[in-house]
Amino acid sequence: MKKIEAIIRVEKLEEVKNALEEKGIIGMTVTEVKGRGTQKGILLEWRAGEYRVEFLPKLKVEVVVKESDADAVVKAIADAARTGRAGDGKIFISTIEAVVRVRTGESGQTAL
Amino acid sequence: MINSGDTAWVLISTALVILMTPALGFFYGGMVRKKNLLSTIMLSITMLAMISVQWILYGYTIAFGPDRGGIIGGLDWLGLAHVTGAPYAAYAPGIPHLAFMMFQLAFAVITPALITGAFVERINFSGFLVFTLLWSTFVYAPVAHWVWGIGGWMRNMGVLDFAGGAVVHITAGISALAVALVIGKRKGYGKVPMEPSNIPLTVLGAFLLWFGWFGFNGGSALSAGAIATQAIVATNAAGAAAALTWMIISWSHKRPSALGFSTGAIAGLAAVTPASGFVSPLSALMIGVVAAIFSYYMIIFRMKIGFDESLDVFACHGIGGMWGIIATGLFAEKALNPAGANGLFFGNITQFKIQLIAVAVIAIFSFAATYILAKIVDTMFLLRAKDNEEDVGLDIAQHGESVY
Repeated sequence: MKKIEAIIRVEKLEEVKNALEEKGIIGMTVTEVKGRGTQKGILLEWRAGEYRVEFLPKLKVEVVVKESDADAVVKAIADAARTGRAGDGKIFISTIEAVVRVRTGESGQTAL
Repeated sequence: MINSGDTAWVLISTALVILMTPALGFFYGGMVRKKNLLSTIMLSITMLAMISVQWILYGYTIAFGPDRGGIIGGLDWLGLAHVTGAPYAAYAPGIPHLAFMMFQLAFAVITPALITGAFVERINFSGFLVFTLLWSTFVYAPVAHWVWGIGGWMRNMGVLDFAGGAVVHITAGISALAVALVIGKRKGYGKVPMEPSNIPLTVLGAFLLWFGWFGFNGGSALSAGAIATQAIVATNAAGAAAALTWMIISWSHKRPSALGFSTGAIAGLAAVTPASGFVSPLSALMIGVVAAIFSYYMIIFRMKIGFDESLDVFACHGIGGMWGIIATGLFAEKALNPAGANGLFFGNITQFKIQLIAVAVIAIFSFAATYILAKIVDTMFLLRAKDNEEDVGLDIAQHGESVY
């Protein structure tokens, strides 16, 4: 199993959610996060002149999928979240050792 | 002879000006980091309580009491002795003396609150209370007496300050510079991002200030009639012109921010304050436009030299007030207000010179006296918060509270 963590633009959540649904993935965890990339944040207007905001609000979407689905899911998220401008985010993929469904106690892929 | 219309207007104006102090707290609070928002509001609202008490006990008498050598009021009206419901004709013949005292109290309250923008996010609260009590006693009261007190030397010289361009805005703006020098920069200033915590709160504060300013300037007529109306028209005109000018300048550089627009309004309102009862609506527009240009570039300059006078009390109020007093010496028209005088543009160079003298003397006095007071308080009571308090934020460290 693979965990896919996608840092995306706040306004892209709906599109990413729909793209995942099309792939049959319903369950996900969404967290409000702050972060920065190579741009080191953005400049905003002060009373006169500007000030730098280094950490921008983003969303982190986490899903755990079968290893065989991982590439397709990553592509679906990337396509849905992409605007082509700096700040589109990143996707991290890691291996998951085990999953347990709390209600039934099922474990492994059936618990996904 | 008490005039009920005049009295009603001055009492309503008093309420309007009282509202300006919490509004100023919102205006400043929205611009500081979230961890200092309550502390910043607290700096303003405590003035409402502390200076109200000071004013009744002894502040009013040393500012407006029977003159001693043109410099200060005597102690004859200590605890408001002899200040009653009967008019005191030399100040305002149509309203109770107590109404005049109360209207002036609102001015005495907001002036030290204005200074707080200079040292937000790093002030030690107890040191602040001591400093402002001393400041109100040794800076505000004497200047108020010079300019507005019967027998005050500047009043006798003929200076025109309709509603406090010198007494309120120059003293606060210049004093802000002096305190900022004594207290030093915020930790990490210029290196650590310092994001405004709540811009809508700043906007709310700014436009409540605009609303209150009708009482500030209109009420300064001390009567309900043509002069009060003229002052309100001028006030609105300058605020509007300055807000638009600020917006245009910032747009030409990059984008028109709500924060800039609101700041522009305040700069224009501060500048028209001394002139409001003496100038035409068109002159008020000009005063507003010039105020915005001066204040905008002063903020840019201050940021460039890396001086942490945090919320630009000097750029908005000091520059605005100085330009306003000078502008009064340019645009004032005796035809509009017989109690005033003609300015330079109406053929009277003497008035212009008087206004320049007032600006110079009040600026130098405010700076020197405030610098000395701040140094004394810093030595005896600690003016600056401790390092770890500044790191944690003054809301939790000094007030035991936090927002959102």
